[in-house]
Amino acid sequence: MLSYLANPFRFMRFSKIAIPISFAAGLLMVAWSLYNGLFVVPPDEAQGGDLMRAMFTHVPSAWLCMGLYAALAVSSFIWYIWRHELADVAARAIAPIGAGYTALCFITGSIWGQKGWGAGWHNLILGDSRLMSVLVLFFLFLGYIALRAALETRQKAARAAAILAMVGMINVPIIKVSVDMWQTTTIHQPSSVISIGAPEPREEGSGMDWVYLQQLLWGFGGHSLLAAAMIMMLMRSEVYGQQAERALALKLEGS
Amino acid sequence: MSAAPLLSAFRQSLFEAWASGAGVLLPLGFFAGTAAMVPFTLGSEAELLSRVGPGILWLALALSSMVTLERVFQADLQDGALDLWLQDTGSISLVAAIKTLTHWLVSGFPLVLLTPLIGFMLGVPTTKMIPAMIGYSMGGLIFFLWGGVAAALSASVARAGLLIALIALPLYVPALIFGVQMIDAGFNSPSFMLLSASTLFALGVAPAAMGAALRLAAE
Amino acid sequence: MNKSLLIQGRGLGAVRGERVLFREISITATPGDLILLRGANGSGKTTLLRQLAGLSEPQNGEIERAGLHHWIGHTNGLKAHATPESHLRHWGRVWGSEIDPTTLLKEMGLSRPAKVPSRMLSAGQKRRTALARLKLQSRPLWLLDEPFNALDTSGQALLADLITTHRATGGAVIAALHGAAAVEASSEVTL
Repeated sequence: MLSYLANPFRFMRFSKIAIPISFAAGLLMVAWSLYNGLFVVPPDEAQGGDLMRAMFTHVPSAWLCMGLYAALAVSSFIWYIWRHELADVAARAIAPIGAGYTALCFITGSIWGQKGWGAGWHNLILGDSRLMSVLVLFFLFLGYIALRAALETRQKAARAAAILAMVGMINVPIIKVSVDMWQTTTIHQPSSVISIGAPEPREEGSGMDWVYLQQLLWGFGGHSLLAAAMIMMLMRSEVYGQQAERALALKLEGS
Repeated sequence: MSAAPLLSAFRQSLFEAWASGAGVLLPLGFFAGTAAMVPFTLGSEAELLSRVGPGILWLALALSSMVTLERVFQADLQDGALDLWLQDTGSISLVAAIKTLTHWLVSGFPLVLLTPLIGFMLGVPTTKMIPAMIGYSMGGLIFFLWGGVAAALSASVARAGLLIALIALPLYVPALIFGVQMIDAGFNSPSFMLLSASTLFALGVAPAAMGAALRLAAE
Repeated sequence: MNKSLLIQGRGLGAVRGERVLFREISITATPGDLILLRGANGSGKTTLLRQLAGLSEPQNGEIERAGLHHWIGHTNGLKAHATPESHLRHWGRVWGSEIDPTTLLKEMGLSRPAKVPSRMLSAGQKRRTALARLKLQSRPLWLLDEPFNALDTSGQALLADLITTHRATGGAVIAALHGAAAVEASSEVTL
C-alpha cells in the first residue's frame, strides 16, 4: 500500500478522504478510551489510585512516540537511499507530531507518578528511567526540527536531517540501555515515593487486567489514527507549499 | 589512502587545532572555570563535593567539548580546504576521523590531565583518579565524535553553537552515564565495558556520518 | 566514453530551493580545449563547475571523467595559519608529489611571502598560491572558478602562460569567467 501511495498525486487524492475518516475515528476511539478510563474503570490503588488514570493517555503516547521516531528514521532512510520526495515530506511532518506525543507522554507520566500534589514530584521524574529516556527522545525530535529549520535550502535541510535521524535511531538502543543502568545506581536511592506511585506500566499478559488493557488498546488505536491524520494534514500543506514556491519561481524566471 | 597523506592530514589538523588561537586554552579555561565554580554552588561540604565532583567534572567536559566544535569543520568549508579534501575520492570520512582525533588530542585530552588537580580540590579520593582519567579520555573521545557529527551537519550554519549542543546532547547521554558510573565501579564493571563498547561504536559510525554531512555541506 | 575525452557531462541540471538554475547543459573537453563558462551573477556557473568537479551532485544528467583534475574555487583552499610553503608541502604529501615547493613558489613570484601565514597575505598572493597547486602535480583537466580575480597584471600574464602551456601539452581547462578573457577560448558555454 505504501508503494501505491508513493505517487504524490495518489497520495493527495487518498489523503483527502483518509484524513477526515482517520481523524473522526481516532477522536471517537480516544474519547471512548478516556471516558472509560476516567469515569468507568475502577481505580487501582497499587498503581497510585485515581492518578493512575493518566495511564490511559500516557501509555498509548509512549508507544506512539517511540513508533513515530522509528517512522521518522525509516522515512529518512527511504528518502536518503531512493530520494523519494514524499518520504522527505513525511519525515518533515512526523517530527512535530512525534515531539508533541513525546511531550504528552512525559507530562502525563509525571502526573501519574505524583502521589498527591507537591509530594516528591521531582523525585518521581528523576527516578524513573522510562520517563528520562522519553525526555531524551524529546530532545532528539527537537534537534531534528531545529536542524531542518537552520539550513537554507530544502534539499540540504532534508539531507542533513535524514543523516541526523538515522544517527539518532541507531543511538536509541544505547541510550535506552544507559538510562536504564542509570536508574539503578543513581545517587538518589529509589525511594518509597517511587514505589508507591510507580508509573511502571505493566506489560500486557503479566497481570494487567483486561479492563485496563482494553482501554489502553482503544487509546493506542485512537491516538495512532489521530497522529496519522495530523501527519497527513501536515504533508498536504507541505506539498501545497512546495507547489506554490515552484509556481512563484517559474513566474519570477519568466518575468 | 596510504600512510603519508594520512600522516600529513594528521599533522596539518594538529597544527591547525593548536594554532587556531583557541585550541587548547579556551576549553581548558572553560573546564577549569566551571570546576572552580562548583564549590560556590554546592557548598564546601567535603563529602558532598567528593560524591558529586566526578559527575560535575564529566558534565563540564561534555560542555567544554562543544566550545570549539563549531569551528572545526566550518573553517574548512569557508576557506575551501574541504573542497580540496573532497577531490580525493572516498577519503573524506577518514579525514573527518583524523580531524576529530586531533581535535580531541588538543582540546579534550589536556582537560583529562587537569582532572587530578581539580579532583584533588574537590576532594575526590585518589583511588578514583585513575579510573576517572581513563573514563574521561574515552568519554571525551565519544563527545568529540558525536559532537563532530553535529558540527559537520551544522557546518553551513552561522553561529551554530547552540544548534550543535541541542543535536549532540542526546547522543552524549550514554557516555555521561557510563563514564560517571565507571569511576565508582572500576574497570571490572559493566559500565566500563559499555563505555568501551560505546567508544568503539562511535569510532565506527560517527566518521561515516561526518563524511556524509561534509559532502552535503560542500554542495 | 571516447578515450581522448577528458570529461563529458550530459544533460546536466541544477536546482536551488525551488528555482531551476540551469537544465540540459552538455559539456565536453578534449585535450587542448579551453572552455569558458559565461553568464550573469547567480546564473549557476559556479554550480556547474562544482558539479564537474564532483563537489555537487547534479539534479539530472551524468558526468564521465577520465582522470584527476585540479580545482580552484572562489576561495583558495588556504588555511588561515598555513604559509604558501606549508600549504604546498602538505598537498604535495597528500598527492604524492616530489616537486620542491620552494622552486615552485619562486616561479609563481611568491619567494618573499613564502613563509608568511596566509591570513596576512593579499588576495592576489593567496590566488597565486592556489595557482601553484596546478604545477604541484600534473593533471589533465583544470577546473577554475574566476581564476583571474584578484590577480594583478603580472599575475594575469602568469596565469595566461600557465593555461597556454597546459593546453599545449594536451591538457584542458574549463573556467568560469566574468569579464573579458585574457586568453583565447576554444568554445564557450553561456548559462
